[in-house]
Amino acid sequence: MAVNRMFRTCPMTGLRVHQPAEALIKANAVAAVVSLLVGGVLALLVTLTRWPAVHLLPADWYYLVLTAHGINMLIFWIIFFEIAVLYFASSTLLGCRLAAPRLAWFAFLLMVLGALINNYAVFRGDSSVMFTSYAPMGAHPTFYLGLIVFAVGALIACFVFFGTLIVGKEERTYIGSVPLVTFGAITAAIIAVFTIASGAIILIPTFLWSVGLVDHIDSLMYRTVWWAFGHSSQQINVSAHVAIWYAIAAILFGAKPMSEKVSRFAFLMYILFLQIAAAHHLLVDPGLTSNWKILNTSYALYLAVVASMVHGLTVPGSIEVAQRAKGYTKGLFEWLRKAPWGNPVFSGMFMSLLGFGFLGGISGVILGTEQLNIIMHNTIYVPGHFHATVVLGTTLAFMAVTYFVIPAIFRREVSFPKMAQWQPYVFTLGMTMVCLFMMGAGTLGVPRRHWDITFAGNPLGFEFPGMAFLMMGLMGIGGVLAVVGGAMYLLVTVHSVFLGKKIQTPGFAQVRVVEGAAPAPAQPVSAALQAHGGVGAWSAPGTFALAMVFLTAFVLYYFINWNYLSTVWPLR
Amino acid sequence: MPEATRNVTSQVSDELEEGIPVMQHILDNPFILLFLGVVVPTVLYVIWGVMEIIGIPIAK
Amino acid sequence: MSAILPPEQRVWWKQPIEPIEITWIVVAFIWGLIMFLMMPYWHVFGKQNLANEAYRATPEVFVAKTQAMVDKYQVREETDQKIPVVRPPAGSDVYLIARLWQWWPMLELEEGQSYKLHLMSLDWLHGFSLQPENINIQVHPGYMHLLTVQPSKAGTYAIICNEYCGINHHTMVSRLYVVPKK
Repeated sequence: MAVNRMFRTCPMTGLRVHQPAEALIKANAVAAVVSLLVGGVLALLVTLTRWPAVHLLPADWYYLVLTAHGINMLIFWIIFFEIAVLYFASSTLLGCRLAAPRLAWFAFLLMVLGALINNYAVFRGDSSVMFTSYAPMGAHPTFYLGLIVFAVGALIACFVFFGTLIVGKEERTYIGSVPLVTFGAITAAIIAVFTIASGAIILIPTFLWSVGLVDHIDSLMYRTVWWAFGHSSQQINVSAHVAIWYAIAAILFGAKPMSEKVSRFAFLMYILFLQIAAAHHLLVDPGLTSNWKILNTSYALYLAVVASMVHGLTVPGSIEVAQRAKGYTKGLFEWLRKAPWGNPVFSGMFMSLLGFGFLGGISGVILGTEQLNIIMHNTIYVPGHFHATVVLGTTLAFMAVTYFVIPAIFRREVSFPKMAQWQPYVFTLGMTMVCLFMMGAGTLGVPRRHWDITFAGNPLGFEFPGMAFLMMGLMGIGGVLAVVGGAMYLLVTVHSVFLGKKIQTPGFAQVRVVEGAAPAPAQPVSAALQAHGGVGAWSAPGTFALAMVFLTAFVLYYFINWNYLSTVWPLR
Repeated sequence: MPEATRNVTSQVSDELEEGIPVMQHILDNPFILLFLGVVVPTVLYVIWGVMEIIGIPIAK
Repeated sequence: MSAILPPEQRVWWKQPIEPIEITWIVVAFIWGLIMFLMMPYWHVFGKQNLANEAYRATPEVFVAKTQAMVDKYQVREETDQKIPVVRPPAGSDVYLIARLWQWWPMLELEEGQSYKLHLMSLDWLHGFSLQPENINIQVHPGYMHLLTVQPSKAGTYAIICNEYCGINHHTMVSRLYVVPKK
């Protein structure tokens, strides 16, 4: 079989794009956007049901739609997009051919098939078991089968990614270390392998149980192993969107990472410790000791949190350094004020960084504190937290990078530029409201995954305070706004990709890349030792000031929650 | 012809490989990282957790 | 555009770290240690902790224990379903069954006293959520979870289920009475 070695050069970035990789990136991105469309329609229905004044769906439909919303968003939209990111970060950034494109197509087909089978199971109506599908509550066998088929596809795609890294190294399309963004993608792929392996360990027996071949699934064992899949799958996102932040900073500003060592070491902390925070979900479960809970929930002494705080500093820090070099040096924040806020690639990325850090990060650490979890577990605070990480953090970062991918990979102009410009703001505003008001309502005890918090007609019903209903209403308004923002994204994206104006540039060229066509050799060791990576001195004071604001908010909110905990009934 | 080019490049990069610190070698090798990234959480979270669950005593 | 290109320096590991970065790393690491130490600290000095004491039990065993408590200490029945209200003595073992879609029985506890609460589900996962106090505990089938509670204020509390447990999940709600000290 002849290996396709045809590349084109990208006139925007100078990157060499392998044709089969390009086709696969497109296919995975399209599948992702279709999942987002399905998940988005479902999101509207969920929001309108939990908005107390609207309360749209009947109970059975609400639970069905919530299950489908969770899986389509948390698994299908995000993992399809991540596979596209992996192919881009390996083949395109290394300028090498994609290993085994046919296998990658097979993986893609498995993933599509898995997504279809799983959605079929949910929409049959007998598998409204939520994203978590906690045994011994059972779903139709096709529910688990769909997830397993999808996971096998995703695993194959991860190995195509690792194979591509080998190809690049063997064929010497680059010299030295891989780019930082590729390193972030490696982190994501490693976490993905662990995630999928854990998923297999628990979902395969559960599938066998659903068809009657296994007698019993232990609920505690299920929850423990399932979360190694369920929580880690969201850690893939964290690594992927951090890699995208670095990529966007590099593409838009020519920003250099402040120091390679620090950023890569931070990614190493993700590789080692990010996954163990799956223990966040088991802090009020019986039988597991506090030793296990504390070590795992703290990501081993919060080393992975330190890593996130480092990325949160170095990404804007590198932008600040680049902006200051361009002459935006007035005061602490001229570099930020004069940033391209009208470019959705930048605005989306920067708001993703702020939303992930301030809302998602802080709330996540607090939820994941052993004792504080008692006053938050399974309240709507939890979805408040993960909408901040997964939606404001990951989805918004993916949306931002889409506005770069459309011209760079799909070779189309972005349609409706005005709408594209506004889209990140509308989406962020809506989603921030959703997150904040969910967290507020959760603090008042409102449960998640609950159809009727009024307990209408129940003689033992409980009346939540009026403030809780007000918050749920405001969440509903925010949710609708976020859906509008999501619809704007889908409209711009779909229109651009299928009907957008084709970009024809004189720089466009098909090239044949042969082995050994590496860029100019890097400097030898001796030269490198003398050169300083950093700009030296106190290079990014504005970013440091922002970091201090972040830390203050973090410390205050952390102790406010301890104070709240100290007022509840003593427990031992 | 391609053979020749290749030898030259590999010589250049072999020179470049000298004097690289151990930690950078580890970070440059995705497969060591893959191994660590699977083993560490499997031991700390999955195996330790499952052992504790198995060890839960039976009620009297 | 170096984050998307290989590092310019072949040996980047030996490059000096920028002062702003190292300062932030130290600050973040210290803050991480403080947060880590807060958890063991609270186990020693705080009042709200879980002992994580648990036993495997079959539904039959748990029902029998609960029934024995109800037979001994029932004070009245409430609602059309005749759910017993029990008032066990202070310091005793109290049992609460979670099942589709009911908490059984109802407990009446005394303010300021400690009780050893045993929680277990007979079927699927449930969530014990005491409102408006906002104490939330996961309830498993097959595992009896023991926790010592000390109601600090008299009043009528609600126990709602906050783990999704099927189509009538939202109807699973009960009461817990805390009466003033005699």
